[in-house]
Amino acid sequence: MFNDTITLPKPFNVADVRGDFPVLQTYVNGAPLVYFDNGATTQKPWAVLRAMEDYYTGYNSNVHRGVHTLSQQATAAYEAARETIAKYINAASVHEVVYTKGTTDSVNLVASTYGKKYVKEGDVVIISAMEHHSNIVPWQMLCEDKGATLKVIPFDENGELRMDAFKEMLDERVKLVSLTHVSNTMGTINPVKEIIALAHALNIPVMLDGAQAIAHLAVDVQDLDVDFYAFSSHKIYGPTGIGVLYGKEKWLNDIPPYQGGGDMIKTVTFAKTIYNDPPLKFEAGTPAIAESVGLGAALQYLMELDLAGMRAYEHHLNQVALEKLRTIDELRFIGNAKERNGAISFMIGNHHPTDVGELLDQQGIAVRTGHHCTQPLMDIFCIPGTVRASLTFYNTEEEVDKLVAGIKKAVIMLNK
Amino acid sequence: MTINEQQDAIISDFEMFTDWMDKYEYIIQLGKDLPALDEQYKVDDNLIRGCQSKVWLHADYKDGKLFFSADSDALITKGLVSLVIQALDGQPAKDIATAELYFVEKIGLKSHLSPTRSNGLLAMIKQIKMYAVAYQLKSSQN
Repeated sequence: MFNDTITLPKPFNVADVRGDFPVLQTYVNGAPLVYFDNGATTQKPWAVLRAMEDYYTGYNSNVHRGVHTLSQQATAAYEAARETIAKYINAASVHEVVYTKGTTDSVNLVASTYGKKYVKEGDVVIISAMEHHSNIVPWQMLCEDKGATLKVIPFDENGELRMDAFKEMLDERVKLVSLTHVSNTMGTINPVKEIIALAHALNIPVMLDGAQAIAHLAVDVQDLDVDFYAFSSHKIYGPTGIGVLYGKEKWLNDIPPYQGGGDMIKTVTFAKTIYNDPPLKFEAGTPAIAESVGLGAALQYLMELDLAGMRAYEHHLNQVALEKLRTIDELRFIGNAKERNGAISFMIGNHHPTDVGELLDQQGIAVRTGHHCTQPLMDIFCIPGTVRASLTFYNTEEEVDKLVAGIKKAVIMLNK
Repeated sequence: MTINEQQDAIISDFEMFTDWMDKYEYIIQLGKDLPALDEQYKVDDNLIRGCQSKVWLHADYKDGKLFFSADSDALITKGLVSLVIQALDGQPAKDIATAELYFVEKIGLKSHLSPTRSNGLLAMIKQIKMYAVAYQLKSSQN
Protein backbone atom coordinates (compact mmCIF):
# COMPACT_ATOMS: atom_id res chain seq x y z
CA MET A 1 0.00 0.00 0.00
CA PHE A 2 1.64 3.24 -1.04
CA ASN A 3 -0.62 5.74 0.65
CA ASP A 4 -1.18 4.43 4.13
CA THR A 5 0.89 7.23 5.68
CA ILE A 6 -1.12 9.97 4.01
CA THR A 7 -4.23 11.12 5.86
CA LEU A 8 -6.53 13.02 3.62
CA PRO A 9 -8.60 15.61 5.51
CA LYS A 10 -12.32 15.01 5.79
CA PRO A 11 -14.32 17.20 3.41
CA PHE A 12 -15.02 20.51 5.13
CA ASN A 13 -18.17 20.50 7.23
CA VAL A 14 -19.13 23.51 9.32
CA ALA A 15 -21.01 21.44 11.91
CA ASP A 16 -17.81 19.48 12.63
CA VAL A 17 -15.61 22.54 13.13
CA ARG A 18 -18.04 24.49 15.32
CA GLY A 19 -17.51 21.95 18.09
CA ASP A 20 -13.80 22.79 18.05
CA PHE A 21 -14.47 26.36 19.29
CA PRO A 22 -15.76 26.46 22.88
CA VAL A 23 -16.89 30.12 22.78
CA LEU A 24 -19.31 29.32 19.98
CA GLN A 25 -21.34 27.24 22.42
CA THR A 26 -22.02 30.20 24.74
CA TYR A 27 -25.15 32.33 25.15
CA VAL A 28 -25.22 36.13 25.11
CA ASN A 29 -28.21 38.03 26.49
CA GLY A 30 -30.16 34.79 26.57
CA ALA A 31 -29.54 33.86 22.93
CA PRO A 32 -26.95 31.51 21.40
CA LEU A 33 -23.96 33.68 20.45
CA VAL A 34 -23.74 34.69 16.81
CA TYR A 35 -20.16 35.84 16.46
CA PHE A 36 -19.68 38.10 13.45
CA ASP A 37 -16.73 40.13 14.73
CA ASN A 38 -14.01 37.92 13.31
CA GLY A 39 -12.29 40.86 11.66
CA ALA A 40 -11.52 42.21 15.13
CA THR A 41 -10.46 38.89 16.56
CA THR A 42 -11.22 35.25 15.90
CA GLN A 43 -12.23 32.56 18.39
CA LYS A 44 -9.75 29.92 19.46
CA PRO A 45 -10.08 26.17 18.89
CA TRP A 46 -9.40 23.62 21.63
CA ALA A 47 -6.20 22.67 19.80
CA VAL A 48 -4.76 26.12 20.56
CA LEU A 49 -5.98 26.23 24.15
CA ARG A 50 -4.64 22.75 24.87
CA ALA A 51 -1.26 23.44 23.26
CA MET A 52 -0.85 26.51 25.47
CA GLU A 53 -1.98 24.62 28.55
CA ASP A 54 0.44 21.80 27.72
CA TYR A 55 3.23 24.33 27.48
CA TYR A 56 2.48 25.89 30.86
CA THR A 57 1.78 22.62 32.61
CA GLY A 58 4.45 20.52 30.96
CA TYR A 59 7.53 22.45 29.88
CA ASN A 60 7.25 26.18 30.68
CA SER A 61 10.77 27.55 30.48
CA ASN A 62 12.71 30.34 28.84
CA VAL A 63 13.98 29.76 25.34
CA HIS A 64 17.38 29.82 23.71
CA ARG A 65 19.59 29.95 26.75
CA GLY A 66 19.08 26.92 28.90
CA VAL A 67 21.15 23.82 29.25
CA HIS A 68 18.30 22.10 30.96
CA THR A 69 15.73 19.87 29.37
CA LEU A 70 12.69 22.08 29.80
CA SER A 71 14.40 25.06 28.19
CA GLN A 72 15.37 22.89 25.25
CA GLN A 73 11.81 21.63 24.95
CA ALA A 74 10.49 25.19 25.07
CA THR A 75 13.03 26.31 22.47
CA ALA A 76 12.16 23.37 20.25
CA ALA A 77 8.44 24.20 20.48
CA TYR A 78 9.08 27.91 19.84
CA GLU A 79 11.15 27.11 16.76
CA ALA A 80 8.80 24.36 15.58
CA ALA A 81 5.99 26.92 15.57
CA ARG A 82 8.18 29.17 13.44
CA GLU A 83 8.60 26.32 10.98
CA THR A 84 4.84 25.82 10.88
CA ILE A 85 4.37 29.53 10.12
CA ALA A 86 7.03 29.41 7.39
CA LYS A 87 5.23 26.44 5.85
CA TYR A 88 1.82 28.10 6.12
CA ILE A 89 2.92 31.21 4.19
CA ASN A 90 5.43 29.29 2.04
CA ALA A 91 8.46 31.31 3.14
CA ALA A 92 11.67 30.27 1.39
CA SER A 93 13.40 29.89 4.75
CA VAL A 94 12.41 29.69 8.39
CA HIS A 95 14.83 32.58 9.04
CA GLU A 96 12.44 34.86 7.22
CA VAL A 97 9.80 34.54 9.95
CA VAL A 98 10.17 37.10 12.75
CA TYR A 99 7.94 36.95 15.80
CA THR A 100 6.46 40.30 16.76
CA LYS A 101 3.65 41.45 19.02
CA GLY A 102 1.25 41.67 16.10
CA THR A 103 0.61 43.43 12.81
CA THR A 104 1.03 46.90 14.33
CA ASP A 105 4.39 45.92 15.81
CA SER A 106 5.47 44.42 12.48
CA VAL A 107 4.67 47.64 10.61
CA ASN A 108 6.48 49.71 13.23
CA LEU A 109 9.48 47.39 12.97
CA VAL A 110 9.81 47.96 9.24
CA ALA A 111 9.14 51.71 9.54
CA SER A 112 11.85 51.98 12.21
CA THR A 113 14.49 49.80 10.60
CA TYR A 114 14.05 49.87 6.84
CA GLY A 115 12.82 53.46 7.19
CA LYS A 116 15.85 54.45 9.23
CA LYS A 117 18.25 53.09 6.64
CA TYR A 118 16.54 53.88 3.36
CA VAL A 119 14.07 56.76 3.67
CA LYS A 120 15.68 60.18 3.34
CA GLU A 121 14.54 63.77 2.96
CA GLY A 122 12.52 64.26 -0.22
CA ASP A 123 11.71 60.55 -0.54
CA VAL A 124 8.20 59.13 -0.79
CA VAL A 125 6.37 56.33 1.00
CA ILE A 126 3.10 55.15 -0.56
CA ILE A 127 0.11 53.82 1.36
CA SER A 128 -3.60 53.73 0.41
CA ALA A 129 -6.73 55.53 1.55
CA MET A 130 -8.18 52.31 2.98
CA GLU A 131 -5.41 51.59 5.49
CA HIS A 132 -5.95 50.76 9.13
CA HIS A 133 -4.44 53.44 11.40
CA SER A 134 -1.61 51.00 12.15
CA ASN A 135 -0.49 51.21 8.53
CA ILE A 136 -0.81 55.01 8.44
CA VAL A 137 0.62 56.41 11.64
CA PRO A 138 4.04 54.64 11.66
CA TRP A 139 4.68 55.96 8.14
CA GLN A 140 3.48 59.45 9.05
CA MET A 141 5.88 59.44 11.98
CA LEU A 142 8.72 58.25 9.76
CA CYS A 143 8.00 60.81 7.03
CA GLU A 144 7.74 63.62 9.57
CA ASP A 145 11.03 62.58 11.10
CA LYS A 146 12.85 62.29 7.78
CA GLY A 147 11.24 65.11 5.83
CA ALA A 148 9.77 62.57 3.42
CA THR A 149 6.31 62.63 1.83
CA LEU A 150 3.47 60.19 2.41
CA LYS A 151 1.39 59.60 -0.70
CA VAL A 152 -2.02 57.97 -0.56
CA ILE A 153 -3.53 55.81 -3.32
CA PRO A 154 -7.23 56.78 -3.59
CA PHE A 155 -10.04 54.29 -4.13
CA ASP A 156 -13.19 54.54 -6.22
CA GLU A 157 -16.85 54.47 -5.13
CA ASN A 158 -16.79 50.67 -4.99
CA GLY A 159 -13.80 50.65 -2.68
CA GLU A 160 -11.31 49.49 -5.32
CA LEU A 161 -7.88 51.08 -5.56
CA ARG A 162 -7.35 53.55 -8.36
CA MET A 163 -4.51 51.78 -10.10
CA ASP A 164 -4.08 54.66 -12.55
CA ALA A 165 -3.30 56.98 -9.63
CA PHE A 166 -0.92 54.43 -8.16
CA LYS A 167 1.02 54.09 -11.39
CA GLU A 168 1.39 57.86 -11.58
CA MET A 169 2.86 57.98 -8.09
CA LEU A 170 5.65 55.53 -8.91
CA ASP A 171 9.02 57.11 -9.51
CA GLU A 172 12.58 56.88 -8.22
CA ARG A 173 11.76 58.90 -5.08
CA VAL A 174 9.43 56.17 -3.82
CA LYS A 175 11.27 54.06 -1.24
CA LEU A 176 8.46 51.77 -0.11
CA VAL A 177 4.85 50.85 -0.81
CA SER A 178 2.95 49.65 2.28
CA LEU A 179 -0.53 48.44 1.64
CA THR A 180 -3.30 46.38 3.11
CA HIS A 181 -3.86 43.03 1.40
CA VAL A 182 -7.57 43.04 2.36
CA SER A 183 -9.47 46.10 3.65
CA ASN A 184 -10.61 45.66 7.25
CA THR A 185 -13.59 47.93 6.62
CA MET A 186 -14.77 47.14 3.09
CA GLY A 187 -13.37 43.66 2.57
CA THR A 188 -11.73 44.67 -0.71
CA ILE A 189 -9.02 42.27 -1.84
CA ASN A 190 -6.40 44.50 -3.39
CA PRO A 191 -4.58 43.46 -6.59
CA VAL A 192 -1.37 43.04 -4.64
CA LYS A 193 0.43 40.85 -7.17
CA GLU A 194 0.07 43.51 -9.82
CA ILE A 195 1.07 46.24 -7.36
CA ILE A 196 4.17 44.32 -6.30
CA ALA A 197 5.17 43.67 -9.92
CA LEU A 198 4.74 47.36 -10.82
CA ALA A 199 6.75 48.51 -7.80
CA HIS A 200 9.48 45.94 -8.36
CA ALA A 201 9.87 47.14 -11.93
CA LEU A 202 11.30 50.28 -10.30
CA ASN A 203 13.12 48.35 -7.55
CA ILE A 204 10.69 49.57 -4.91
CA PRO A 205 10.00 47.05 -2.13
CA VAL A 206 6.45 46.36 -0.98
CA MET A 207 5.10 45.62 2.48
CA LEU A 208 1.66 44.08 2.92
CA ASP A 209 -0.57 44.35 5.98
CA GLY A 210 -2.03 40.87 5.97
CA ALA A 211 -4.08 41.17 9.17
CA GLN A 212 -7.39 40.64 7.38
CA ALA A 213 -6.08 38.39 4.63
CA ILE A 214 -4.21 35.71 6.53
CA ALA A 215 -7.26 33.87 7.84
CA HIS A 216 -9.15 33.87 4.56
CA LEU A 217 -6.73 33.73 1.64
CA ALA A 218 -3.99 31.31 0.71
CA VAL A 219 -1.00 33.57 1.32
CA ASP A 220 2.12 32.45 -0.53
CA VAL A 221 4.84 35.02 0.07
CA GLN A 222 7.09 33.59 -2.64
CA ASP A 223 4.36 33.60 -5.22
CA LEU A 224 3.44 37.17 -4.26
CA ASP A 225 7.15 38.06 -4.31
CA VAL A 226 6.35 40.41 -1.43
CA ASP A 227 9.23 41.96 0.53
CA PHE A 228 7.55 42.22 3.94
CA TYR A 229 4.28 40.64 5.10
CA ALA A 230 2.70 41.34 8.50
CA PHE A 231 -0.08 39.57 10.35
CA SER A 232 -1.46 38.93 13.84
CA SER A 233 -1.95 35.57 15.45
CA HIS A 234 -5.26 36.44 17.08
CA LYS A 235 -6.91 37.06 13.73
CA ILE A 236 -6.07 33.53 12.59
CA TYR A 237 -7.46 31.59 15.57
CA GLY A 238 -4.28 31.93 17.63
CA PRO A 239 -3.68 33.81 20.88
CA THR A 240 -3.31 37.58 21.27
CA GLY A 241 0.05 39.19 21.95
CA ILE A 242 1.98 37.64 19.10
CA GLY A 243 2.24 38.21 15.39
CA VAL A 244 4.57 37.75 12.49
CA LEU A 245 6.73 39.79 10.22
CA TYR A 246 7.81 37.89 7.17
CA GLY A 247 10.77 39.54 5.46
CA LYS A 248 12.82 38.39 2.53
CA GLU A 249 16.11 37.14 3.87
CA LYS A 250 18.09 39.76 1.95
CA TRP A 251 16.12 42.53 3.68
CA LEU A 252 16.31 41.03 7.14
CA ASN A 253 20.09 40.71 6.75
CA ASP A 254 20.32 44.23 5.41
CA ILE A 255 18.18 46.33 7.75
CA PRO A 256 19.36 47.31 11.24
CA PRO A 257 17.90 45.70 14.38
CA TYR A 258 14.72 47.10 15.92
CA GLN A 259 15.08 46.89 19.69
CA GLY A 260 18.15 46.09 21.78
CA GLY A 261 18.23 43.48 24.52
CA GLY A 262 18.75 39.83 25.24
CA ASP A 263 18.47 37.20 22.50
CA MET A 264 19.23 39.55 19.65
CA ILE A 265 22.95 39.55 20.48
CA LYS A 266 25.24 36.64 19.65
CA THR A 267 26.17 34.76 22.81
CA VAL A 268 27.41 31.31 23.61
CA THR A 269 26.31 29.02 26.44
CA PHE A 270 27.77 25.67 27.41
CA ALA A 271 24.81 24.11 25.75
CA LYS A 272 25.08 25.58 22.33
CA THR A 273 25.66 28.67 20.31
CA ILE A 274 22.83 31.15 20.12
CA TYR A 275 22.01 32.87 16.86
CA ASN A 276 22.12 36.57 16.33
CA ASP A 277 21.25 36.43 12.68
CA PRO A 278 17.71 37.03 11.55
CA PRO A 279 15.16 36.35 12.81
CA LEU A 280 16.55 36.55 16.37
CA LYS A 281 18.21 39.85 15.54
CA PHE A 282 14.70 41.31 15.75
CA GLU A 283 13.50 39.40 18.80
CA ALA A 284 14.98 41.24 21.77
CA GLY A 285 13.93 40.07 25.21
CA THR A 286 11.99 37.02 26.33
CA PRO A 287 9.43 36.38 23.61
CA ALA A 288 5.80 35.29 23.88
CA ILE A 289 6.62 31.59 24.09
CA ALA A 290 3.23 30.11 25.00
CA GLU A 291 1.68 32.33 22.34
CA SER A 292 4.10 31.08 19.68
CA VAL A 293 3.09 27.53 20.59
CA GLY A 294 -0.58 28.59 20.37
CA LEU A 295 -0.09 30.22 16.97
CA GLY A 296 1.71 27.15 15.68
CA ALA A 297 -1.17 25.00 16.91
CA ALA A 298 -3.71 27.28 15.21
CA LEU A 299 -1.98 26.97 11.84
CA GLN A 300 -1.53 23.24 12.33
CA TYR A 301 -5.25 22.98 13.07
CA LEU A 302 -6.04 24.79 9.80
CA MET A 303 -3.64 22.68 7.78
CA GLU A 304 -5.33 19.54 9.02
CA LEU A 305 -8.68 20.80 7.73
CA ASP A 306 -9.77 20.56 4.12
CA LEU A 307 -8.44 24.08 3.43
CA ALA A 308 -9.71 24.28 -0.14
CA GLY A 309 -13.16 23.15 0.99
CA MET A 310 -13.08 25.61 3.87
CA ARG A 311 -12.21 28.55 1.62
CA ALA A 312 -14.92 27.59 -0.84
CA TYR A 313 -17.40 27.48 2.03
CA GLU A 314 -16.29 30.92 3.29
CA HIS A 315 -16.70 32.36 -0.18
CA HIS A 316 -20.16 30.86 -0.49
CA LEU A 317 -21.17 32.11 2.98
CA ASN A 318 -20.02 35.63 2.13
CA GLN A 319 -22.04 35.60 -1.08
CA VAL A 320 -25.11 34.39 0.80
CA ALA A 321 -24.63 37.10 3.44
CA LEU A 322 -24.30 39.82 0.79
CA GLU A 323 -27.41 38.59 -1.05
CA LYS A 324 -29.52 38.33 2.09
CA LEU A 325 -28.39 41.66 3.54
CA ARG A 326 -29.19 43.31 0.22
CA THR A 327 -32.89 42.51 0.78
CA ILE A 328 -33.05 44.83 3.82
CA ASP A 329 -34.74 48.17 3.11
CA GLU A 330 -32.45 51.17 3.19
CA LEU A 331 -29.32 49.03 3.63
CA ARG A 332 -26.35 50.26 1.68
CA PHE A 333 -22.98 48.59 1.59
CA ILE A 334 -19.86 50.62 2.24
CA GLY A 335 -17.57 48.99 -0.28
CA ASN A 336 -18.74 46.99 -3.26
CA ALA A 337 -15.50 45.56 -4.58
CA LYS A 338 -15.73 42.67 -7.02
CA GLU A 339 -12.96 40.79 -5.23
CA ARG A 340 -13.78 40.74 -1.55
CA ASN A 341 -13.54 38.69 1.60
CA GLY A 342 -14.11 39.09 5.32
CA ALA A 343 -15.55 42.45 6.29
CA ILE A 344 -19.04 43.44 5.17
CA SER A 345 -19.69 47.06 6.13
CA PHE A 346 -23.05 48.74 5.81
CA MET A 347 -25.32 51.55 6.89
CA ILE A 348 -29.07 51.29 7.43
CA GLY A 349 -30.72 54.51 6.30
CA ASN A 350 -29.47 57.23 8.60
CA HIS A 351 -29.43 55.09 11.71
CA HIS A 352 -26.31 55.46 13.76
CA PRO A 353 -24.21 52.27 13.60
CA THR A 354 -23.99 52.06 17.41
CA ASP A 355 -27.80 52.00 17.72
CA VAL A 356 -28.01 49.06 15.31
CA GLY A 357 -25.03 47.33 16.96
CA GLU A 358 -26.48 47.64 20.44
CA LEU A 359 -29.88 46.26 19.42
CA LEU A 360 -28.12 43.35 17.70
CA ASP A 361 -26.08 42.68 20.85
CA GLN A 362 -29.33 42.41 22.80
CA GLN A 363 -30.20 39.55 20.43
CA GLY A 364 -26.88 37.79 21.00
CA ILE A 365 -25.35 38.96 17.71
CA ALA A 366 -21.82 40.37 17.89
CA VAL A 367 -20.91 42.86 15.16
CA ARG A 368 -18.51 45.77 15.24
CA THR A 369 -19.62 49.36 14.92
CA GLY A 370 -17.60 52.51 14.49
CA HIS A 371 -14.79 53.67 12.26
CA HIS A 372 -12.79 50.40 12.52
CA CYS A 373 -9.58 52.43 12.94
CA THR A 374 -10.00 53.77 9.42
CA GLN A 375 -11.07 57.35 10.13
CA PRO A 376 -9.78 58.75 6.81
CA LEU A 377 -11.98 56.20 5.00
CA MET A 378 -15.05 57.31 7.01
CA ASP A 379 -14.29 60.93 6.10
CA ILE A 380 -14.26 59.96 2.41
CA PHE A 381 -17.76 58.45 2.73
CA CYS A 382 -18.89 61.25 5.13
CA ILE A 383 -20.23 58.76 7.68
CA PRO A 384 -19.59 58.41 11.43
CA GLY A 385 -18.86 54.72 11.08
CA THR A 386 -20.41 51.53 9.80
CA VAL A 387 -21.91 48.33 11.09
CA ARG A 388 -19.43 45.62 10.17
CA ALA A 389 -20.19 41.93 10.05
CA SER A 390 -17.10 39.81 9.43
CA LEU A 391 -17.74 36.15 8.83
CA THR A 392 -15.48 33.17 8.90
CA PHE A 393 -15.54 29.44 8.33
CA TYR A 394 -17.26 28.52 11.59
CA ASN A 395 -20.25 30.76 10.84
CA THR A 396 -23.41 29.38 9.26
CA GLU A 397 -26.20 30.42 6.91
CA GLU A 398 -28.58 30.08 9.84
CA GLU A 399 -26.55 32.74 11.66
CA VAL A 400 -26.74 34.97 8.60
CA ASP A 401 -30.54 34.60 8.76
CA LYS A 402 -30.44 35.61 12.43
CA LEU A 403 -28.41 38.68 11.53
CA VAL A 404 -30.86 39.72 8.83
CA ALA A 405 -33.85 39.17 11.15
CA GLY A 406 -32.00 40.97 13.95
CA ILE A 407 -31.34 44.00 11.78
CA LYS A 408 -34.97 44.10 10.65
CA LYS A 409 -36.11 44.00 14.27
CA ALA A 410 -33.66 46.78 15.20
CA VAL A 411 -34.89 48.94 12.34
CA ILE A 412 -38.53 48.49 13.37
CA MET A 413 -37.61 49.54 16.92
CA LEU A 414 -35.64 52.57 15.75
CA ASN A 415 -38.35 53.65 13.30
CA LYS A 416 -41.28 53.29 15.69
CA MET B 1 -37.84 66.41 43.75
CA THR B 2 -34.25 65.80 44.69
CA ILE B 3 -31.78 64.13 42.35
CA ASN B 4 -32.19 60.81 44.14
CA GLU B 5 -35.98 61.05 44.07
CA GLN B 6 -35.74 61.65 40.32
CA GLN B 7 -33.45 58.66 39.98
CA ASP B 8 -35.80 56.45 41.98
CA ALA B 9 -38.66 57.54 39.74
CA ILE B 10 -36.67 56.53 36.67
CA ILE B 11 -35.84 53.17 38.24
CA SER B 12 -39.49 52.50 39.02
CA ASP B 13 -40.44 53.44 35.43
CA PHE B 14 -38.02 50.80 34.19
CA GLU B 15 -39.34 48.14 36.55
CA MET B 16 -42.42 47.94 34.35
CA PHE B 17 -40.45 46.47 31.47
CA THR B 18 -40.29 42.73 31.30
CA ASP B 19 -38.17 42.37 28.21
CA TRP B 20 -35.28 44.13 26.55
CA MET B 21 -37.36 45.32 23.57
CA ASP B 22 -39.80 47.27 25.73
CA LYS B 23 -36.94 48.83 27.61
CA TYR B 24 -35.03 49.85 24.50
CA GLU B 25 -38.15 51.10 22.75
CA TYR B 26 -38.78 53.35 25.74
CA ILE B 27 -35.19 54.68 25.64
CA ILE B 28 -35.45 55.23 21.88
CA GLN B 29 -38.73 57.12 22.41
CA LEU B 30 -37.08 59.28 25.07
CA GLY B 31 -34.35 60.04 22.56
CA LYS B 32 -36.90 61.07 19.96
CA ASP B 33 -38.85 63.19 22.47
CA LEU B 34 -35.83 65.10 23.76
CA PRO B 35 -36.34 68.70 22.63
CA ALA B 36 -33.96 69.54 19.80
CA LEU B 37 -30.90 71.45 20.85
CA ASP B 38 -30.94 74.96 19.47
CA GLU B 39 -28.61 74.99 16.45
CA GLN B 40 -26.59 77.84 17.98
CA TYR B 41 -25.51 75.45 20.74
CA LYS B 42 -24.66 72.59 18.40
CA VAL B 43 -21.09 73.79 18.04
CA ASP B 44 -17.70 72.23 18.60
CA ASP B 45 -17.32 73.99 21.95
CA ASN B 46 -20.30 72.03 23.25
CA LEU B 47 -19.31 68.77 21.63
CA ILE B 48 -18.36 65.83 23.81
CA ARG B 49 -16.46 63.36 21.71
CA GLY B 50 -17.11 59.74 22.39
CA CYS B 51 -15.22 57.39 20.13
CA GLN B 52 -18.40 56.28 18.37
CA SER B 53 -21.27 58.65 19.03
CA LYS B 54 -21.25 62.38 19.72
CA VAL B 55 -23.05 64.32 22.42
CA TRP B 56 -23.63 68.08 22.43
CA LEU B 57 -24.35 69.63 25.80
CA HIS B 58 -25.39 73.15 26.73
CA ALA B 59 -25.89 74.37 30.32
CA ASP B 60 -27.74 77.44 31.66
CA TYR B 61 -27.36 78.71 35.20
CA LYS B 62 -30.23 80.43 37.05
CA ASP B 63 -30.54 81.16 40.78
CA GLY B 64 -27.98 78.58 41.79
CA LYS B 65 -29.57 75.92 39.61
CA LEU B 66 -28.38 74.31 36.39
CA PHE B 67 -30.54 73.65 33.33
CA PHE B 68 -29.40 71.42 30.50
CA SER B 69 -30.17 70.89 26.87
CA ALA B 70 -28.41 68.25 24.82
CA ASP B 71 -28.36 66.17 21.67
CA SER B 72 -26.62 63.10 20.29
CA ASP B 73 -26.17 61.63 16.83
CA ALA B 74 -27.08 58.16 18.17
CA LEU B 75 -30.65 57.56 19.27
CA ILE B 76 -30.02 55.20 22.20
CA THR B 77 -27.33 57.50 23.55
CA LYS B 78 -29.78 60.39 23.14
CA GLY B 79 -32.37 58.49 25.20
CA LEU B 80 -29.83 57.96 27.96
CA VAL B 81 -28.82 61.62 27.75
CA SER B 82 -32.50 62.44 28.23
CA LEU B 83 -32.58 60.30 31.40
CA VAL B 84 -29.50 62.01 32.81
CA ILE B 85 -31.14 65.38 32.15
CA GLN B 86 -34.35 64.14 33.78
CA ALA B 87 -32.35 63.32 36.90
CA LEU B 88 -30.28 66.49 37.04
CA ASP B 89 -32.16 69.29 35.29
CA GLY B 90 -33.00 72.27 37.50
CA GLN B 91 -31.05 70.90 40.46
CA PRO B 92 -28.72 73.02 42.58
CA ALA B 93 -25.17 73.09 41.25
CA LYS B 94 -23.80 71.89 44.58
CA ASP B 95 -26.03 68.78 44.49
CA ILE B 96 -25.11 68.01 40.90
CA ALA B 97 -21.41 68.28 41.68
CA THR B 98 -21.68 65.54 44.32
CA ALA B 99 -24.47 63.45 42.78
CA GLU B 100 -23.98 59.74 42.37
CA LEU B 101 -25.88 58.50 39.33
CA TYR B 102 -26.83 55.02 40.44
CA PHE B 103 -29.88 54.75 38.21
CA VAL B 104 -27.92 53.76 35.10
CA GLU B 105 -26.76 50.56 36.76
CA LYS B 106 -30.18 49.88 38.32
CA ILE B 107 -31.92 50.01 34.95
CA GLY B 108 -29.42 47.50 33.55
CA LEU B 109 -27.39 49.84 31.37
CA LYS B 110 -24.22 49.92 33.43
CA SER B 111 -22.13 49.03 30.41
CA HIS B 112 -22.98 52.46 29.00
CA LEU B 113 -20.90 54.01 31.74
CA SER B 114 -17.87 51.91 30.94
CA PRO B 115 -14.92 53.99 29.71
CA THR B 116 -14.46 51.45 26.92
CA ARG B 117 -17.98 52.04 25.64
CA SER B 118 -16.93 55.44 24.36
CA ASN B 119 -20.46 56.57 23.57
CA GLY B 120 -20.11 59.97 25.15
CA LEU B 121 -22.44 59.33 28.10
CA LEU B 122 -19.69 58.99 30.68
CA ALA B 123 -17.92 62.03 29.26
CA MET B 124 -21.21 63.93 29.33
CA ILE B 125 -21.75 63.21 33.02
CA LYS B 126 -18.20 64.31 33.73
CA GLN B 127 -18.81 67.51 31.78
CA ILE B 128 -22.05 68.20 33.68
CA LYS B 129 -20.20 67.84 36.97
CA MET B 130 -17.48 70.14 35.77
CA TYR B 131 -20.08 72.75 34.87
CA ALA B 132 -21.62 72.36 38.32
CA VAL B 133 -18.27 72.83 40.05
CA ALA B 134 -17.41 75.80 37.83
CA TYR B 135 -20.76 77.54 38.51
CA GLN B 136 -20.39 76.90 42.23
CA LEU B 137 -16.96 78.53 42.19
CA LYS B 138 -18.26 81.41 40.12
CA SER B 139 -21.18 82.05 42.46
CA SER B 140 -18.99 81.84 45.58
CA GLN B 141 -16.65 84.45 44.03
CA ASN B 142 -19.57 86.79 43.35
